[in-house]
Amino acid sequence: MPLYHTEDQAMLADTARQFMGEEGAIAKQLRHWRDTNCKDGFGHGLWKQFAELGFTGILVGEADGGLGMGHVEAGIVLEEIGRNLTPSPFLTSSVMAATALGSASADLRGRWLPGLLTGDSVFAVAVDEGPKHRPERIKTRAERAGNGFKLNGAKAFVLHGGSADMLVVAARTAGLDDDDAGITLFAVPKDVAGLSQDKVRLVDSSMATHVKLDNVTLDADAVIGEVDGGREVLNRMLQAGRVGAAAESVGVAAGAFDMTTTYLKQRKQFGRLIGEFQSLQHRAAHLYSEVEIARAATIKAQQLLDGGSVRADLMVSVAKAKAGKAASLAVKEGVQMHGGIGMTDEYDIGLYMKRDRALAEFMGDQYYHADRVARLSGY
Amino acid sequence: MSDLDAFRAEIRAWLEENCPPEMREPAREEDDACWGGRNFKFKNEAQKQWLERCAAKGYTVPDWPKAYGGAGMNAAQAKVWREEMHRINARAPLSSFGIWMLGPALLKFGTEEQKVHYLGQIARGEIRWCQGYSEPGSGSDLVSLQTFGEDKGDHWVVNGQKIWTSYANKADWIFCLVRTDKGNKYQGISFLLFDMTTPGVSTKPILLISGSSPFCETFFDNVVVPKDQIVGELNCGWDVAKYLLGHEREMISGAGGNDRLNTIGAVLNRAGLEDPLLRADLAQFDVDALAFSAMGEKFLDEIKVGKAHPAQPNMMKYAGTELNKRRYELLMAGGGSASLEWESEASDGGARARTWLRTKANSIEGGTSEVMLNVISKRILDLPGA
Ligand SMILES: Cc1cc2nc3c(=O)[nH]c(=O)nc-3n(C[C@H](O)[C@H](O)[C@H](O)COP(=O)(O)OP(=O)(O)OC[C@H]3O[C@@H](n4cnc5c(N)ncnc54)[C@H](O)[C@@H]3O)c2cc1C
Repeated sequence: MPLYHTEDQAMLADTARQFMGEEGAIAKQLRHWRDTNCKDGFGHGLWKQFAELGFTGILVGEADGGLGMGHVEAGIVLEEIGRNLTPSPFLTSSVMAATALGSASADLRGRWLPGLLTGDSVFAVAVDEGPKHRPERIKTRAERAGNGFKLNGAKAFVLHGGSADMLVVAARTAGLDDDDAGITLFAVPKDVAGLSQDKVRLVDSSMATHVKLDNVTLDADAVIGEVDGGREVLNRMLQAGRVGAAAESVGVAAGAFDMTTTYLKQRKQFGRLIGEFQSLQHRAAHLYSEVEIARAATIKAQQLLDGGSVRADLMVSVAKAKAGKAASLAVKEGVQMHGGIGMTDEYDIGLYMKRDRALAEFMGDQYYHADRVARLSGY
Repeated sequence: MSDLDAFRAEIRAWLEENCPPEMREPAREEDDACWGGRNFKFKNEAQKQWLERCAAKGYTVPDWPKAYGGAGMNAAQAKVWREEMHRINARAPLSSFGIWMLGPALLKFGTEEQKVHYLGQIARGEIRWCQGYSEPGSGSDLVSLQTFGEDKGDHWVVNGQKIWTSYANKADWIFCLVRTDKGNKYQGISFLLFDMTTPGVSTKPILLISGSSPFCETFFDNVVVPKDQIVGELNCGWDVAKYLLGHEREMISGAGGNDRLNTIGAVLNRAGLEDPLLRADLAQFDVDALAFSAMGEKFLDEIKVGKAHPAQPNMMKYAGTELNKRRYELLMAGGGSASLEWESEASDGGARARTWLRTKANSIEGGTSEVMLNVISKRILDLPGA
């Protein structure tokens, strides 16, 4: 498969670029919701517009009323989200939760997917339990109780948790904390008794929660996939989230890069445009190379994942780590090359730095994924 | 016991008796530092006491002459002072642009009258200073500055605008670069001092990405500055400015800072250390940081006795600020999602994230890293065309 977009994908990219550039623009969305101290951190109106374009159901099967597309297409939308820093629950709802629900019973799909397709529902995923991404270790317990389960535990860094109608919760139904087997995924409705969430605003103005599960009682039909066999679905959901976050990072990198090269062509010092200084030219050219490579790695990973390849796992970690590094370089270079103005809130380049930091942490940072690349390569 | 040992014992005993316990805790927030000045509000009694006790002994500026408010320590004694302060983790009694920047320039270029008057005020923390160098069109290319002082016989009338003026809205006085000869680029700038309450001076805070507003746009509209408020000769302000920048860069480099001696692994919780590659990066950082702290000590020893290359502060600033930015990148990574929190109580109002963002300015303020590298290439390496 060629590593460039097909005609259909290019059309989708045009639509996404135009939509996000206008409706999802920084002034209209990120700054607006931030400055009005919005408790969701994003706008539900925009989420409805996502739905009208079909974006919310991009990974939902056609039989369920979605577009039935793949990670390449979801990534196209995410790159534009990244470029415009558009706040939305797309990654957690339409990419991660939708992927998990793909393995759910017809009943569960029927319960949750229609709201996603219309943009009325928002989903979150509750996997991590500490400050670092470490899904290999799941302590949250789900014990059999009557006809269902009783959940106890705590989850951290649940993006959009406070706005979500449903949380996909990974819990342990068997085995020890670090066991691979014995995991079960649950679709937990927001208003169930015993579920409490402590909302926190993050550096990029998005909202996350610390979740507590205190004897949360669920029917057996809240289980996504198989009891004790949830690791596979969990991995699929994580991979979707990782490759999606990589695509968003590529967008963040590209957005910061564009702002910076534009500035190099505008700002004058010493009677010259600062873009005339070779030391800056070389760094801009280097950054360009890094962003191009990160985008290539990300598309490769998306395609492998869509094709069900055994190499997908490796490339997803490569993409997440590489895109994270490229975006981190882009925002640092961006702020530095802007000089004093880059430190001001009025200027958008700092917003890219903040978003990058949160994205880097989401679904595993470059260290986690580089380590994973080593392990998957047998060392 | 050598003289220096006796001196150390004396300092140690004095610190033991006089440094309040609260002042031996690491400073956490911006207002943990004592900035002094007419309008300064002490955070607590300990902070006030600590300033007053040090000022009475000349310890806010230990190596300035006693006549100007210092303690008259020589280089070796000043080092002992620093070491003893670090040993008990004592906070600086006074943080001030007067101490770090203007003071050294006055010691070199000021008249006897100016030294007695201004240096004493600085040492006692009575007057808070800000730095009026950068302008909207003159950042890295500082010498192109346009703020103009028109000669009116016994005074100048200053018009123009400065930008990025740190704490201009809190400062009592400004040291300011003003063009006094439009026909002469380098030899057309004068170094003026004036009161920020002079009619015609106004400031407008600029919000930073960290969420605070420590710097301002500063406007001058027919500001009258008496002729005796010039430092150095008329139109020779650039020499004063450059000399001052050397001291500013030394300060920003963090040479001699006491937090650098703790390895970064030691300040992180264990969550971050479970990851082998993050741990490896932390260890690499600690190698560089511990090596740099040796460089900082060597640099300070050498510069006090004139053995350092005069352009060495540029190297120190470059290396020190790049290192500090890396330090906070790693602290953010080590803290994981907890360090992303921006307002919560658990995160102390997002303290780590805000400091992380603030460090990004280290390689911009006081001259950018690129400018430092240009200066090193030119003045230390003597590279062709640099
Ligand atoms: C937190 C903070 C506090 C500050 N406090 C003060 C203060 O109190 N008083 C004051 O006067 N100023 C202050 N400054 C201003 C600071 O000194 C300037 O921001 C700095 O000198 C850079 O100028 P600039 O912002 O105009 O950037 P520019 O000079 O426009 O630089 C933009 C980019 O171009 C690069 N560049 C410029 N020239 C070259 C070249 N020849 N070769 C290669 N690259 C080049 C720069 O390195 C930078 O990356 C402060 C700045 C900050 C961020």
